[in-house]
Amino acid sequence: MQKIAVIDYGMGNLRSVSKAIEHVADDAEVVVSSDAAVIESADRVVCPGQGAAKDCMAALQQSGLAQTVLAIAGTRPFLGICMGYQVLLTHSEENSGVECLNIVPGEVTRFADPLFDAGTRLKVPHMGWSEVRHARDHALWADIDDASRFYFAHSYYCVPEDDGAVAGTCHYGHDIAVAVAAPNLFACQFHPEKSARDGLQLLKNFASWDGR
Amino acid sequence: MGLAKRIIPCLDVDAGRVVKGVKFLDIRDAGDPVNVARGYNEAGADEITFLDITASSDNRDTIVHVVEEVASEVFIPLTVGGGIRAVEDVRRLLNAGADKVGINTAAVNRPDLVREATDKVGAQCIVVALDAKSVSAPGESPRWEIFTHGGRTPTGLDAVEWAVKMAEYGAGELLLTSMDRDGTKVGFDLALTRAITEAVEIPVIASGGVGNLDHLCDGVLKGGADAVLAASIFHFGEYTIAEAKAHMAAQGIEVRV
Repeated sequence: MQKIAVIDYGMGNLRSVSKAIEHVADDAEVVVSSDAAVIESADRVVCPGQGAAKDCMAALQQSGLAQTVLAIAGTRPFLGICMGYQVLLTHSEENSGVECLNIVPGEVTRFADPLFDAGTRLKVPHMGWSEVRHARDHALWADIDDASRFYFAHSYYCVPEDDGAVAGTCHYGHDIAVAVAAPNLFACQFHPEKSARDGLQLLKNFASWDGR
Repeated sequence: MGLAKRIIPCLDVDAGRVVKGVKFLDIRDAGDPVNVARGYNEAGADEITFLDITASSDNRDTIVHVVEEVASEVFIPLTVGGGIRAVEDVRRLLNAGADKVGINTAAVNRPDLVREATDKVGAQCIVVALDAKSVSAPGESPRWEIFTHGGRTPTGLDAVEWAVKMAEYGAGELLLTSMDRDGTKVGFDLALTRAITEAVEIPVIASGGVGNLDHLCDGVLKGGADAVLAASIFHFGEYTIAEAKAHMAAQGIEVRV
């Protein structure tokens, strides 16, 4: 039986993520843990996260789990969700500026205020179901139609430096990189654990992903 | 295509049971929140709102367990409101699996609670619920006041000013209920909805008065709402979520299908 660790660094809703993975991965033991040894012993690692960038980074640093994430990055399939995606970038402009993990070079920036699309003012936070376009084929998109809708709830978005890292985009005022991929790494701004059938499919795909 | 307008069924929960049960879903126990939430998920609801109407403080923890159970089996966004008094209440519900927590009376009593909560858990998790009633005399320009305790207690707060203030305090979303229309089935108070949606940058959920599918469309097209919340038209099987979405789509409203 494989082990999937959900990193618990004290920032919010881990239950939905762990339950959703349990729901789709019969062959997996899902553990929610803040113990570096447990996380390092897992076959796959999921990093969720909720809240403000400053608090999330502080929690990762103080718990020592920032080092754990850096140590395991690239060594086994890793999934970052929402804030667990944003902390992978180099720097976030939230909370007057926060240094992040720099695993995915790039910036986290806030939606423009006001944000317009073709003359229509858009609401911020970006909250609700938006279509995600596959920027390229990826194992985590298996059995998910291009332009399926996923659930978003965020005011900041990631701008990775390398366009080649972008696995999925969503149009909200402009195109944003809502999923990135690298060997053994996939991260998304939307919440697969709250995105009904397609979200569960993505988690199921992650549970059997070979990392390539 | 952009962001879909959301359809949100709202369920009243008393001491862990859905009250005014859901009549149409093919489920064995229409009072069980998990069954009802699962049914609405399968029916295509975009989100589910639980309103905890438990009166007794002895049963305050019950809603946390309800959220835990629902969030373990139903994988769409869950909003929970009712009885929130402190940031700790917010955290417990989020940790149980809620995505958003609605604050109403406690925000009126102490607006800083909204700021503290959003600082702690992020704006996207905090919904401020506004119960508004028309207080302008005939012939006067329209004016609405915020009420608490189910519309019984006036607060002296102007609804539009309060909405703007709550957005400034960091609320991620507003749940706007017209106390004049709630339960009437004559449609949303569109003037109120429009006044609020034009005043703030954050998403607004319209609530109170839905009696048919045109009302849902009006809330979006005339009221400017980002989401529409309804209870009885769905609970009693008058319309399905799919019918509601088809009707909205036919009016040019973007929905998730």
